[in-house]
Amino acid sequence: MADTEKKKVIKPIKNFSMEEYISSGHRACQGCAEVLAVRHVLKAIGPDMIMAMATGCMEIISSPYPLTSWNIPWIHVAFENAAAVASGVESGLKALRRKGRIPNKDVTIVAMGGDGGTTDIGFQALSGMIERGHKVIYVCVDNEAYMNTGIQRSSSTPIGATTTTSPTGKLEPEGKSTWKKDMVAIAAAHGIPYTATACPTFFTDLQKKIQKAKEVNGPSYIHILSVCPTGWRVPPNKAIEYGQLAVDTGVFPLYEVENGAWKLNRKPKELKPVSDYFKGQGRYRHLDERFTQQIQDKVTERWNKLVELCSEKPEK
Amino acid sequence: MGRKVGIEVSIAAAEAVGLCDVDVVAAYPITPQTHVVEHLSELCASGELDAEFVPVESEHSAMSVCCGSSAAGARTFTATAAQGLALMSEIVFIASSMRLPMVMFLANRALSSPLSIWNDHSDTMMVRDSGWIQVFCENGQEVYDSIFHSFRVAEDPKVSLPVMINVDGFNLTHVIEPIEFWTKEMAQKYIPPFKPLYKLYPDKVVTMGAFGMPEIYAEAKMSQDQALWNSYPVIKQAWDELAALTGRKYSPVELYKTEEAETLILGMGTICETASLAVDKMREQGKKVGLVKLRLWRPLPVDDIKNAISGAKNLLVLDRAVSFGAANGPVTTEIQSIMYHEKERPNIYNVIAGLGGRDVTPEDIIKMLETALANKNQGYNIHGVRG
Amino acid sequence: MTKPMEQISWQEIEAGGVITEPGNASCYHTGTWRSQKPKYDENACIRCWRCYVMCPDAVISPDLEKNIFVWNYDYCKGCGICAYECPAKAIVMEED
Repeated sequence: MADTEKKKVIKPIKNFSMEEYISSGHRACQGCAEVLAVRHVLKAIGPDMIMAMATGCMEIISSPYPLTSWNIPWIHVAFENAAAVASGVESGLKALRRKGRIPNKDVTIVAMGGDGGTTDIGFQALSGMIERGHKVIYVCVDNEAYMNTGIQRSSSTPIGATTTTSPTGKLEPEGKSTWKKDMVAIAAAHGIPYTATACPTFFTDLQKKIQKAKEVNGPSYIHILSVCPTGWRVPPNKAIEYGQLAVDTGVFPLYEVENGAWKLNRKPKELKPVSDYFKGQGRYRHLDERFTQQIQDKVTERWNKLVELCSEKPEK
Repeated sequence: MGRKVGIEVSIAAAEAVGLCDVDVVAAYPITPQTHVVEHLSELCASGELDAEFVPVESEHSAMSVCCGSSAAGARTFTATAAQGLALMSEIVFIASSMRLPMVMFLANRALSSPLSIWNDHSDTMMVRDSGWIQVFCENGQEVYDSIFHSFRVAEDPKVSLPVMINVDGFNLTHVIEPIEFWTKEMAQKYIPPFKPLYKLYPDKVVTMGAFGMPEIYAEAKMSQDQALWNSYPVIKQAWDELAALTGRKYSPVELYKTEEAETLILGMGTICETASLAVDKMREQGKKVGLVKLRLWRPLPVDDIKNAISGAKNLLVLDRAVSFGAANGPVTTEIQSIMYHEKERPNIYNVIAGLGGRDVTPEDIIKMLETALANKNQGYNIHGVRG
Repeated sequence: MTKPMEQISWQEIEAGGVITEPGNASCYHTGTWRSQKPKYDENACIRCWRCYVMCPDAVISPDLEKNIFVWNYDYCKGCGICAYECPAKAIVMEED
């Protein structure tokens, strides 16, 4: 059998950088899909970039002085200001370039924060950055809670998930009782040229979106769902699979808004039930059938609205 | 030499920033800082100044933008006051720890509550320990000259620290004074192009803002503290060169009629001008009174202060902020700490005055001094408080 | 090679705590965290790259000469994503 079988050969992947801009030796947890998202974001951009990062998991795992995992120029100042620091880097380079003090070369400026640093404490700075029109790609790596400080709820924690500050109890049997903040819609409401959701499970889609954002003449916002085995209480080896389920159940749809035009990037023929996604996640272990159904109804409703938005043609 | 014009101090300061060829200005409006940044945005809009004016959505972002632009190697300026400084204070401490040069014009204003837009030093005392170089100004010319001096010092590779220029709100920011302007050539001669120690650019990859484990944090802080102390000779030298250029001599501690003075008054900022009038009056009456003006607040010019006051019998320190629940006002606490080990030291009295814009006259200062000497009071009192 | 942090004096700290050696965290071997180790079967491998693409620690790389994928066990934390995601079941996790 073996000699008749045609031997498979490793062929290069198209449009895929083999460089690693965040080097091994970083201290992310086993199976961290967030650092995987970062890996793909960096590969999509390449070396001519500068990153401003918010305090959080990615900052802590990558920069214990005197060590750094970064192979790109990188700055961390505080928790809530990645967007503002990136605005400053962009403005500084703009002035220096205009005055001929640095080469007239395009350098991509990226701001990156977790869901806490983006949807909560860094929300204002992000809104300011978008409104002022800085040419910055803002990437939110969303693991749906304050994982770095020990799994506290953020406004990006999904409904029904337990965290250390949204526990289940007799009076609050559902865990977190409010819906996840819809950041891409908020970014879109600013009239931002480009905004999208992404997930490292769909790495080609993710890289394509980052490259699209890079070409935009203005701000862009990419919201990346990043499975956190530690915080979600799932086995590390299933980090990729849960990303797939989040998308295929419609809990976290992949879509983009380009100059006001909404577009679904992955449209399953039929959505899987949300219970497929909840199953096996420790943070959802307490959910009963009734509450699961309530969430299912809302997910379906939101999905239908999204499909509708994405089918509308923008006026010419 | 430049021309002399009658001009509002805030506008003159903005003109100075323009002459320094600043690259990025990031600011959020707050009284009484507004005239500085309004004028800078006009200079940018008209094309007179080639800089990015970043109209941020908060002071927190103002200081964050400044950190980003300074890290990118751009000459950076901001201005704020009181609540604005309080909001940005988190990043104020980080800017110095990361050794990011920039210049801040601080229109000194009282902190809330009650809300007050008027002058005192409670805002700047809040960031006393932030690791910035901090200077105080007595008049418009000092403010104007300080802009050039501050960029020169901040960006000196031996320093690489942010500088805060304290300008008493309204008392100084909004007054019209005769100010001798610099020429573009003078500014270019005095301030070399900004060559940062490190900068964010892909040609040389650096990591800025790493975190410190307990094994390294103390060393990092020691290094930062030494950097601030090491700025002292650079600050002095830059003032000496400014004197050669303009004929105006500044020092960390300045003396007024201190010859054979038995009693000295020490203050910072515009209160010194008022105190000098009080000294004039008392000298006319044959009293041996003199004035010590503290221009440089951080790094504290310890030896200059010792030399200035150790020979006196009595010292009245004028504080413009309350350090709630502390033994004295913040300036007095420092002076007492410096003098504790000295054999020859004056009796030190503390009066807190001019809170939240309360007017302080030369007569007030004479009264403060007379009362302090008569009562030999320990601890502080707030001058003129009713009840 | 960077000194361990507990040996660095204050004079040796770069101004502002800047790190000038990119990627020097690679001296920290996260492979010591591992309790399970991926075992690769090159005969079963369909050369699809999925293990390489999905590794959060970037420890898998192609050896084009030998036409196989190789693991850098200095850094592999043993998360098991490569084994779980392998469509050909060419990777299995074993006790390390």
